[in-house]
Amino acid sequence: MSIATEADVTDFVPETTATTVHVATGTPRPVRTEPAPVRWAIIGIALAFLSIFIVLPLVTVFQQAFARGWDVYAAAITDPDALHAIKLTLTAAVIAVVLNVVFGLVMAWAVAKFEFKGKSFLITLIDLPFSVSPVVAGLIFVLLFGAQGFFGSWFIDHDIKIIFALPGIVLATVFVTFPFVARELIPLMQEQGTAEEEAAISLGASGWSTFFRVTLPNVKWALLYGVLLCNARAMGEFGAVSVVSGHVRGETNTMPLHIEILYNEYQFSASFAVASLLAFLALVTLVLKTVLENRLSETRR
Amino acid sequence: MNIDVQSVTKNFGSFKALNDVSLKIQSGELLALLGPSGSGKTTLLRIIAGLEWPDSGAVRFDGQDALSLSVKERDVGFVFQHYALFRHMNVFDNIAFGLRVRPRRERKPESFIKNKVEQLLELVQIGSLADRYPSQLSGGQRQRVALARALAIEPRVLLLDEPFGALDAKVRKDLRRWLRNLHNELHVTSILVTHDQEEALEVSDRVVVMGNGKIEQVGSPSEVYDNPASAFVHDFIGESVALPIKVDGSLVRIGGRNIGLDTQGVAQGDARLFVRPHDIEIGQLGDNALEGEVLAVRRFGPTHRVDVSVPIDGGKATIEAAVPAGHEPKIGERVGLIPERYRVFAA
Repeated sequence: MSIATEADVTDFVPETTATTVHVATGTPRPVRTEPAPVRWAIIGIALAFLSIFIVLPLVTVFQQAFARGWDVYAAAITDPDALHAIKLTLTAAVIAVVLNVVFGLVMAWAVAKFEFKGKSFLITLIDLPFSVSPVVAGLIFVLLFGAQGFFGSWFIDHDIKIIFALPGIVLATVFVTFPFVARELIPLMQEQGTAEEEAAISLGASGWSTFFRVTLPNVKWALLYGVLLCNARAMGEFGAVSVVSGHVRGETNTMPLHIEILYNEYQFSASFAVASLLAFLALVTLVLKTVLENRLSETRR
Repeated sequence: MNIDVQSVTKNFGSFKALNDVSLKIQSGELLALLGPSGSGKTTLLRIIAGLEWPDSGAVRFDGQDALSLSVKERDVGFVFQHYALFRHMNVFDNIAFGLRVRPRRERKPESFIKNKVEQLLELVQIGSLADRYPSQLSGGQRQRVALARALAIEPRVLLLDEPFGALDAKVRKDLRRWLRNLHNELHVTSILVTHDQEEALEVSDRVVVMGNGKIEQVGSPSEVYDNPASAFVHDFIGESVALPIKVDGSLVRIGGRNIGLDTQGVAQGDARLFVRPHDIEIGQLGDNALEGEVLAVRRFGPTHRVDVSVPIDGGKATIEAAVPAGHEPKIGERVGLIPERYRVFAA
């Protein structure tokens, strides 16, 4: 760990010296540059903060995952319960992303292209999942669809399982991730207005063809960005899913729940092995996010 | 194709955008809808296009009810105020759009579309820009692409919403000549919306002056300029000096003084006198004439502009007269003012 932090610091040193050299060849004392000690102090604080709160935990996850060697790691990941948890997480995430793309597009379309009463209330409502604790979100679904719940008896009569099953997990995940797609699309679609759609229709395009040829291409990078954030949250969601899942091993455990159970059973290496998968996913998300942000700023220009 | 707009009314909430508007548009003419913002001209254009529906009234294309047709069935080419080019498509794809979205059985083969787009690119003189994206074009070039895109579907009527509004003065002048020539070539019925009177008067065959959701006057550019039908038109088109007057029998009085002008049939009571600055001559002081004191003299191109302070009921008004160089009075001098041409409208 200490090696990693050191490597990080040395990584930055050449860059800083390079800037100083470059500045020195230009004007002797640039106006906007702080004195060297201040500069070093600011950079130092930022790096220290980043190391302690981001780099250190990330490194720890991988270090703990491989602490007992590759074999234990592989065994933890290929364990049938772990594989099932991974499968369940991916299934729930895919369904949640698809649903949220549809809902998000419909919602953004309604808000950005039409005028109606209660529009600002609707926009506020979209953000509700951000402000509600995930545990509460989970409980809502238990209250609605659980055995004692509002619709519970009807579902039991028809032999449909929602709580402690995949539908419940999907519902909770959709609720928690709902804002991501809509939030990305609304400002962009509002900014773009309706002129291009009107132009397409006046040129003889049908509603569908206007949507697929004009509206969708105009928001595609924002949509992908929203999907990415939505996906990352869907896979990592713990609280809401924890309430509705029931923690049945090999049946209703998602990856985050599986990690917790392993940890509580003192299987640290196994728990960190599965956690490392989520951490890896986070890193991939980060790279994709950077790429998408670049594309987005290009289209907005 | 001729277009017949019959008693069209349109409200946005409590705002009357169009109030019982009727208008006949001849086949092949270039008509300008001219008016200040909020006069309803764009609303009328959008109703003709099918982008907006009237609350009451009828729109007929060649006698056929157009309100029962959707936008795509109306065969209109619409050029939007800010062009509304598809930003993710290059110039070629923008122009080809209308041909490519046709239903499969009506759609022409891609080779035909390619030919057609190339012809249009030639027509609007931007052949070399086919691969560019809208963000890489100047305002004038975007305008040409928007026009080519609208013409691609061979519309029965071309509708242009403030087509030159976003361009700088020089480009605007060039483009409007070019549009006029293009119209002479194509002869497609065209309606142009503008708030710029110079544009309307220079380009169009007929001008429709609109104000407050009503049509104030329809006529050729010179009719509208020389014989304004209402105070609104006189005020809006060309430069005007407006004075509050009183019609007293057969006399026109300003500040109680008879100024020796004809009442032009306006009834007894308050009225307004309209004169264009270049129609005012500076003359001798006399008994039955408008007179005042010279406040300022400014050089203005080939003429001098003379500000004359005239007493009116309850105060003073400043009249601006255009005087040929060499005939200008001195500041402080008392002069007579003779309106050569003028209009009297009831207040």
